[in-house]
Amino acid sequence: MEHQFEPTLLWAIALLPLLGFIGNGITAFIAPGRKVIPTLLGPGVVGLAFVIAGLNFLGLRGAELHEPIVQSYWQWMPVGSLSIDAAFQLDQLSLLMALVVTGVGFLIHVFSVGYMHDDAGYARYFSYLNLFVFFMVVLVLGASYPVMFVGWEGVGLCSYLLIGFWFRDREKADAGKKAFIVNRIGDFGFLVAMLLLFSNLGALDFATVFAAAPAAFPYGGAVVTALTLFLFLGATGKSAQIPLYIWLPDAMAGPTPVSALIHAATMVTAGVYMVARSSVLFALAPVSMIVVAGVGAFTALFAATIGLIQYDIKKVLAYSTVSQLGYMLIGVGTGAYAAGIFHLMTHAFFKALLFLGSGAVIHAMHHAYHATHSHEDAQDMRNMGGLRHYLPKTWIFMWIATLAIAGVWPFAGFFSKDEIIWQAAARAVGPFANWFRVYWLLALAAAMLTAFYMTRLMIMTFHGTNRTGEQERRHLHEAPAVMWVPLAVLAGLSVVGGWLNVPQAIKELPVLGWIPSTEWVHEWLHPQLVAADEIIATHVGEATHQAPLGGGEAFWALLSFALATAVILASAAWLRRRRVLPARDSAEPRGFASVLYHKWYVDEIYDLIVVRPVLAVSRFCWRIIDQGLIDGVVNGAGFSARAFGWVGAQLQTGQLNTYAFAAVLGVLLLLGFVIF
Amino acid sequence: MNTLPQLDPARLSLGLAALLFAIGVAGVLFRRNAIVLFMCIELMLNAVNLAFVALSRSIDISGQVFVFFVMTVAAAEAAVGLALVIAIFRHAETVDMKHFTLLRW
Repeated sequence: MEHQFEPTLLWAIALLPLLGFIGNGITAFIAPGRKVIPTLLGPGVVGLAFVIAGLNFLGLRGAELHEPIVQSYWQWMPVGSLSIDAAFQLDQLSLLMALVVTGVGFLIHVFSVGYMHDDAGYARYFSYLNLFVFFMVVLVLGASYPVMFVGWEGVGLCSYLLIGFWFRDREKADAGKKAFIVNRIGDFGFLVAMLLLFSNLGALDFATVFAAAPAAFPYGGAVVTALTLFLFLGATGKSAQIPLYIWLPDAMAGPTPVSALIHAATMVTAGVYMVARSSVLFALAPVSMIVVAGVGAFTALFAATIGLIQYDIKKVLAYSTVSQLGYMLIGVGTGAYAAGIFHLMTHAFFKALLFLGSGAVIHAMHHAYHATHSHEDAQDMRNMGGLRHYLPKTWIFMWIATLAIAGVWPFAGFFSKDEIIWQAAARAVGPFANWFRVYWLLALAAAMLTAFYMTRLMIMTFHGTNRTGEQERRHLHEAPAVMWVPLAVLAGLSVVGGWLNVPQAIKELPVLGWIPSTEWVHEWLHPQLVAADEIIATHVGEATHQAPLGGGEAFWALLSFALATAVILASAAWLRRRRVLPARDSAEPRGFASVLYHKWYVDEIYDLIVVRPVLAVSRFCWRIIDQGLIDGVVNGAGFSARAFGWVGAQLQTGQLNTYAFAAVLGVLLLLGFVIF
Repeated sequence: MNTLPQLDPARLSLGLAALLFAIGVAGVLFRRNAIVLFMCIELMLNAVNLAFVALSRSIDISGQVFVFFVMTVAAAEAAVGLALVIAIFRHAETVDMKHFTLLRW
């Protein structure tokens, strides 16, 4: 059924959220108290954008599309031989991302209607959120690195605006600044990579770059390695990986739906998307792939250890996000781009669900404490407990998401995360096989930790006895429909989202394989990834069907499923017997737990080796160079001119006699010269 | 036979002119009353006139013609100058030039 495919209103996917931003922005300025316009416009434009993306998806599904469709709207930067168009690119990868962004974005917009309803900055909030969706769509649909960079920077800006949404709180404003500044380091890498691309290929649009790269760059060459490493530096900033992950946990200062949309489901996956988009370049640079997968694996484990001991419900989820992003980078780093994108998608479902669920919890807790004028921390899990009696719907949805992220069959995470872990093992061939084996073990260990910390979160929040307080307990209540319906939709997606891509090995299993699906994501993305796959297959070799310790895909999938289930059951049993004290009665963790509680002291170390030296150098430049040297020269010039003028001014007495005397003296002198 | 130098009228006139001019200059330099300053300026102009006239005998008549011009200018200058002095006096109740230093920096 091959027929020509024409994109439907591709530009509108980006334009609609922009219109929403303008409309809500005007409302925020003119009538900030009006709630009707943002309520309709904010989620409405994103929903419409999702519908348009869906139409394109339906059209593209029936068509055979091997080359991306590029729609150029105007010439943006004609500079010498370089001409960059403001162009969008529609292909299987960008469309999948656009669907996730607008779809999950729409649900989170709807949730926000309930969550932010009593906030004074309601219209402002929706204008930022719409602007974010606009930039994110530009990022994923952009047809060249510069257009992508516009979106890249734009989402960073929106992230900053929304983290510091309650900017009157100093701590929250600082968190916004931290996110922005840390991301600048990554953006530097992205810019350098773009310049390297331009100087070597003379073009920056995806089609030309990916077509020319295999011929222009030798396999494993220095240029392409440096270039991809710089690109990856950008990815570590945006996708919150070591060493630049530190901004993401602090980003939880923003409203919870923002954490769900930007800091879990969409923006932070931009780095993964960028690596997948540049798959040809990364495939040409094996060292970069080792680095990408290595950073991902190490981050996955490292962040998971921190998540074990945090008490702030959003902090646990934040470190969980960092850890899961690590998984995605293992996927794209080992060359299993489709697996990385697949996990990106399922993670968007269940992590958005977890964050929105925690938002519902915080919403209830906040109302309870607000009603009794208590100043307890509404986000501290030690103050929760037993909430399943008060928030039964949220409880069920959160458990679905927990099982999904822990990798329990048949929930989404089982298929996506285990596939990544499996791919790390299966692609352990060629000269770097041992690296991948280590990453595989790290990923397995992190998966166990994931199951533990998520169970801990659920037990501390929803089970056991309630620790909120006698007075406050009466005020706890389930979230309104506008909040729990999006949760229900996301819960549904968290269940079935993984069925899109059931590996053949699992389909062959007796009970687990009944799911009516195939490796759909792989097939769908295949036209976009075939070039990279070929490069890897030629130079590294085909993937094996044997894990390093023996056993095939199905065996390891079953084993990790069994392990995840065992960890959940064991930790649930253990944690339910532990008594948890409310936050104000609790002592600081001691020993190794204290190290984890303080996040391995990374913030303190960065403060010591980066922030303080920068401050010292800045202070030196300020006090010595600027105030001392530069201001000294400028002020000195001014002062000497003044002094010279003062001397001259003293001759001007204003007394007629003095001037007359000077004139006479002059005449006498001239006369003297003439005569003698 | 004359031990005294010849009292040549021209030389006497030039000497007188120089003396008058010097008195005028000294007045301009050391006096501060505006009227006196004027008188001293007139004195200098007239000293120049005297020199013109004295020299015109030995050179040609144009010196004497020039004197008329100088007198005309001096008359105009005196008219304008005295009017200024009166205006200044009305403004500041004094004609002492030490009080008028407004035009310095």
